[in-house]
Amino acid sequence: MTHLQVNLSENRMRRQKVLRRALSHRSFVIGFVGVGIVLLLAILAPLVTWHDPYAQSIIDRRLPPIWYGWFWDDPLATWNHPLGTDQLGRDYWSRLVYGGRISLFIGLTATLVSGLIGTTLGILAGYFGGRTDMVISFLITTRLTMPVILVALATVALFNSSLMVVTLVLGLLLWDRFAVVTRSATMQVRSMEYVTAAKSIGSSTPRILLTEILPNIAAPLIVIATIEMATAILYEAALSFLGLGVQPPLPSWGLVLAQAKDDIFFAPWMITLPGIALFVLLLSINLLGDGVRDLTSPEGR
Amino acid sequence: MTRPIEKVLEVRDLQVKLSTSTGPLHAVRGISFDVAMGETVCIVGESGCGKSITALSVMGLLPKKAEVQAEALRFDSQDLLKLNERQLSNLRGDKLAMIFQEPMTALNPVYTIGDQLTEPLLRHRRISKREAYSLAERILEKVGISGAARRMQQFPHQLSGGLRQRIVIAMALICEPKLVIADEPTTALDVTIQAQILHLMKDLQREFGMGMLFITHDLGLVSRIADRVLVMYAGQIVESGSVAEIFDRPSHPYTKGLMQCLPSGVRAQPGARLGSIPGIVPNLVGGIKGCGFAGRCPAVREACRSAEIALRAVAGTQASRCILPPEEVAKLWTEAVGLEIEQ
Amino acid sequence: MLAYVLKRLGLGILVMLAVSTIVFTLTNVAADPARTIAGEGATAADVEAARIAYGFDRPIPVRYAEWLANVAQGDLGTSYRQRRPVADVVAERLPVTLALGLAAFALALALSLPLGLLAGLRENTWVDRLALVFALVGQAMPTFWFALLGMVIFVVKLGWLPASGSDTWRHFVLPSVVLAYYATPTLMRLTRAGVIEVMKSDYIRTARAKGLRPGKVVLKHAMRNAILPLVSVAAVQLGFMLGGSIVVETIFAMRGLGYLAWESITFSDLPVIQAVVLLIAGIYVLLTLGADILNAWLDPRLRMG
Repeated sequence: MTHLQVNLSENRMRRQKVLRRALSHRSFVIGFVGVGIVLLLAILAPLVTWHDPYAQSIIDRRLPPIWYGWFWDDPLATWNHPLGTDQLGRDYWSRLVYGGRISLFIGLTATLVSGLIGTTLGILAGYFGGRTDMVISFLITTRLTMPVILVALATVALFNSSLMVVTLVLGLLLWDRFAVVTRSATMQVRSMEYVTAAKSIGSSTPRILLTEILPNIAAPLIVIATIEMATAILYEAALSFLGLGVQPPLPSWGLVLAQAKDDIFFAPWMITLPGIALFVLLLSINLLGDGVRDLTSPEGR
Repeated sequence: MTRPIEKVLEVRDLQVKLSTSTGPLHAVRGISFDVAMGETVCIVGESGCGKSITALSVMGLLPKKAEVQAEALRFDSQDLLKLNERQLSNLRGDKLAMIFQEPMTALNPVYTIGDQLTEPLLRHRRISKREAYSLAERILEKVGISGAARRMQQFPHQLSGGLRQRIVIAMALICEPKLVIADEPTTALDVTIQAQILHLMKDLQREFGMGMLFITHDLGLVSRIADRVLVMYAGQIVESGSVAEIFDRPSHPYTKGLMQCLPSGVRAQPGARLGSIPGIVPNLVGGIKGCGFAGRCPAVREACRSAEIALRAVAGTQASRCILPPEEVAKLWTEAVGLEIEQ
Repeated sequence: MLAYVLKRLGLGILVMLAVSTIVFTLTNVAADPARTIAGEGATAADVEAARIAYGFDRPIPVRYAEWLANVAQGDLGTSYRQRRPVADVVAERLPVTLALGLAAFALALALSLPLGLLAGLRENTWVDRLALVFALVGQAMPTFWFALLGMVIFVVKLGWLPASGSDTWRHFVLPSVVLAYYATPTLMRLTRAGVIEVMKSDYIRTARAKGLRPGKVVLKHAMRNAILPLVSVAAVQLGFMLGGSIVVETIFAMRGLGYLAWESITFSDLPVIQAVVLLIAGIYVLLTLGADILNAWLDPRLRMG
């Protein structure tokens, strides 16, 4: 009993140490806060917006954002539409906040799908080696040889693009990095003592893979997950921007940007704002990933 | 043996401070010694005692952040501390050369032996590439490498460790330096090769008449190669003297301990068991008080812990940083009190 | 070495076969080529007639085998939209993409190598921090947004550069910069990491102990080793620029492969899509092989194999 307590407090101390280190890592904190804010806004979207993101209004078209009132005394800029309105009179703030939902949904779902595929393939290749590894390595090479954007565009467009199709196609395409990293990490872990020990006490192979291997390669996987999430979000925006991804009237940031493109001369804020939103989210995710990598690397500990 | 007189290196009260992540580290705490032409001076000590730092500070190869001070740091009657980087680099590889510890990594993997071997010549002498190559072939033969012309075309990974170390030595000697600093040149090699390399270095030194500062943690080597010995501990010289003096009558407990760790005075047979002195080297970060060896010394006195012990003359050229009379030091360790013999 | 190259080429052909199977199947499952050929507003009977006339009623594996046999003989089929041989359509667009990709790649290297080197040599100084910020911004900046911002500033506000097209070198400036900035962060961070690693190595100390000048130590002894890990990544980046410039080409309406692909996708012009994907896959295979050969040339340890 006392032994257990000692272990518990030791665990708590270690957790506190990890937490302290994480909090003193600048890019981790910035990234964490950034992602957190976008996530909160997306979850609380109905509470932080006061316009329907789809509601059009002919008289309220292309209203400027609030700072046009501050700096240039533009009477059209009001707190009613703090970021102005788009070419159909829809509230820009609402559209951006709801657009965040789409980006995060695609990022998370596509990463989940690709993570499942890639990790499974990688673990199998790394653990069994031999012919399994050969086949999976061939799959990985094939995947790497395919031009992602092009194939994604073609498939999404030809399948009649929708949010679901975009998400699935990206998930099915972006598993290569997961597979490569998992494969080599598994190869390193495979011959470790605890794996041999588990084998010798007769643990089943799936059990070894799930309880011995997977937890020990989790750190690099989290880093890859952040990279892939950023990639998926970026690709979705690019696809939608090209008109072949998410379809209107959904407020995907890429789509919002594409629609604002025609107003580039008269209303530059319309391309600036969704771009900034995308930039901030991607930057935060990347910083978070860098932070996790630094914090979990052997030299960092 | 006649003692050569011309001093090629003169070090007076050398101090080196490094900054580490845990705080400032006083790595070398006031050491003084000379090296004369044709003489071999050995610095002996455990890793972390400051011997490599001493070597690198003479070469001017310490990181920029390191703080090097000395009353005098003279090479060939030039004040090294007054030279700028450019003037220093004119000396390095020419009159002042260094041989490094790791033959496996000291050579650049992507260039041929010939390319790397001729670099010092092309840098310091006004000669053509062709002349440099023929000189390089000659020096390769001198360090006992046959088929020099073929070796020149090869890359480091194609050669054994012993061959590579011969090349590193050839590279240091190619401009006929006045002083060679050898930092554990044989540590990474197996025992037979070690003996060959030592022999080679001794021969070459005789031939070129250069001074040699030989750095090692292996007291066994010292007896074979040195004229004079400096025993370093925790950034200071704790004992100095001629080889005969040090080996006949070690007058510092640390030297005595090191000696006791040798299986039979001189480490000869491969796989010989080495002993070790119990305890650990004190942490130099933040500085230490009193004798650095006090924590491991079996005869430690009250005075040892309170004040710095001065280096005092024992007899002849021998000096020691210990308050105990040499006769008492001689008695230490002999009953193998607490001396654990490890592998 | 020759045996190695042949083996790699063989593998490359196998991989391309796999890629072509996937792409052919995907596109043919996703889109109905008969409908495309029959044109807009065609009746169900027209579509059915086209299906039979062009043999689209046969199963996909049969059509794939036929297509593959034709490709092997150099016949990439006919564009549904332009009614010309696909090979001609593609060949016409290749130069713009090559010029854009190579210019962007050269620019990316010209930025990332010196910057990475400087950041690595001056680790943790303001230069390093600045380079890191530059890289982080580049990584998070969506290409198409960067392109739009560039347009606003250099085309709309300053009027220095033309907005779209690919007729003169001035048309290539902005697209190359945009594409280059996408690849720079990765290359720069790799160079930096390589330089930091290599500068700690013993052979750099040896080089300095020989009295070599700092410039020579860095450029001769450090740089060649530092860029070894960069070569294969740079090859992939170049492949990406040649194949992934679809976004940039579309935005700037440059008549290259990427723009062609976008047009073909919107028109469901399957033979062209297949050809472009296959071409880009082929370029990728050749580039990675080239990277391996270059690496072997740079690093003698790899030559023994």
